[in-house]
Amino acid sequence: MSTVFIALQANEETRPIIDAIELDNPKAVVHRQPAMVKIDAPDELVIRKQTIEEQLGRAFDLQELQINLITLSGNVDEDDETLTLRWNS
Amino acid sequence: MDMKVDKKKLNLKDKYKLLTRDLGWEPSYHSKDEIYPYVKYEGLKVHDWDKWEDPFRLTMDAYWKYQAEKERKFYAIIDAHTQNNGHLNITDARYLTALKIFLQAISPGEYAAHRGFARVGREFAGVGTQVACQMQAIDEIRHAQTQIHAMSNYNRYYNGFHAFADARDRIWYTSVARSFFDDAMAAGPFEFMIAIGFSFEYVLTNLLFVPFMSGAAYNGDMATVTFGFSAQSDEARHMTLGLECIKFMLEQDPDNLPIVQEWIDKWFWRGFRVLGLVSTMMDYMLPKRVMSWREAWEIYGVENGGALFRDLARYGIRPPKGWDDAEKAIDHMSHQLMLGLYQWSFGTAFHSWIPSDEDMDWLSAKYPATFDKHYRPRWNHIKKLAAAGTPYKNFGLAKLCQCCQLPIVFTEPDDPTMLCNRETTYKGEKYHFCSDGCRDVFEREPEKYIQAWLPMPALFQEQQGDIGAWMAWVSLGDGVDNGDYAGSADQRNFQQWRGLATSNQ
Repeated sequence: MSTVFIALQANEETRPIIDAIELDNPKAVVHRQPAMVKIDAPDELVIRKQTIEEQLGRAFDLQELQINLITLSGNVDEDDETLTLRWNS
Repeated sequence: MDMKVDKKKLNLKDKYKLLTRDLGWEPSYHSKDEIYPYVKYEGLKVHDWDKWEDPFRLTMDAYWKYQAEKERKFYAIIDAHTQNNGHLNITDARYLTALKIFLQAISPGEYAAHRGFARVGREFAGVGTQVACQMQAIDEIRHAQTQIHAMSNYNRYYNGFHAFADARDRIWYTSVARSFFDDAMAAGPFEFMIAIGFSFEYVLTNLLFVPFMSGAAYNGDMATVTFGFSAQSDEARHMTLGLECIKFMLEQDPDNLPIVQEWIDKWFWRGFRVLGLVSTMMDYMLPKRVMSWREAWEIYGVENGGALFRDLARYGIRPPKGWDDAEKAIDHMSHQLMLGLYQWSFGTAFHSWIPSDEDMDWLSAKYPATFDKHYRPRWNHIKKLAAAGTPYKNFGLAKLCQCCQLPIVFTEPDDPTMLCNRETTYKGEKYHFCSDGCRDVFEREPEKYIQAWLPMPALFQEQQGDIGAWMAWVSLGDGVDNGDYAGSADQRNFQQWRGLATSNQ
């Protein structure tokens, strides 16, 4: 098993995004560090536009993640609805 | 009357296709070999450039929109920093040593990466790659500019920030980062991608920007946190570009595997050595520390790097050659290099200090296997010498590694009491190295590394060995920009101004 992760700045814009990621990824572990939040998951992490919109209460373009993204790991696959991070082994 | 109807938006994939692939064209009056002279130069075989695609599918219009948003956030923080005396909000002025190293060694690297990506964006033959490299070139110059801008606020109040461009070109520890980028820029386009996209972005920047910037937040430096995280959000794209490029090379032709593996071996080790500077920043220079260098390495080196190499194993890639030596060095490198920075403090543009007992207790908790055994006794001895009025200063010149350009201060991988010094003779000249990894890099391309600009030989060539003349040439004020933090103008001023800021006297 390998860990994929995404780290976001800790601010008001990312709070609902982090909630959405937790809802969609029950195995994800959230680490809160100074000024940042790092979310680890075994092998795969899926970020869904729809869940973020529900948490945020407004329309959200997944590419908006770029603004508060700090870093990530894993192979990235993005379309309009989901952004998936995955290790293939 | 016209009804306002939402315009149907293109989906991400179609938009990406139209705004990248459609920017390319088939040349008619020059051959592709003439237009892209370097794509075959390294022996890489590429059969179909269209197989390379940016997984974020970012197009220039979206890129400008999000980058503009990041800039707005960044400058809001910079304004706040200037307006609320942000330079007094830091934990203490020792913290600035880390920023000085950053400004002298890392920010010029960002500028170098900008030049490199502008070049390889031109040299790669695929339009998806060209667009991604163009974005990265703009990102990198933005990073250099925002970093210089953020730190210039400290230059108004503290010493050592005033001549970072001279420092970058002329000081011994800055040549470590500089030689890394010069080496990358003097390579072909695919090797450049491994050097920067893989080694610098995937291995280095996570270790530099993430825990260090998180630490900057705890040390009260929001300006640095903001440029750091703003830069690192670009790095997330850059890492993805680097990883995609490795996969692309490996998927295009099985003959590419040994070439890519050699580059991974080389650039992992070169990147790891640059991290030597970062390890001291994390373990010694943050007055309020978030995690040790060892802990950061566990997360971003072992866990993340390990996952990457397990993923790439399906192509036949194995972990880099120096991986085990790196792991053995983790518990030693920050201590060994900080001892070096302390003893050669006359030749730096920052302050150094003997760690306090409290700092040493923290280090021994974080490095239970090594700190009390090997490093606390040395620091205690140095402390005794300082108390006796005979501080330990080394006015000799450090012997530098011909490859990474760090002073030869590291120990044998399996014996922390034995200095590691490797040599090789090439065309009748003897060259010295800090490690097997650095000697291997040299021996693979000796004609390249014998040309390296090294600060110590340059001191004799350009200043006849006159240290005072060298300091003037570097724009270094002896005892002003460097030396012990205790008793320095930086310490005095910080305490005095902070006193003024927190009282009405």
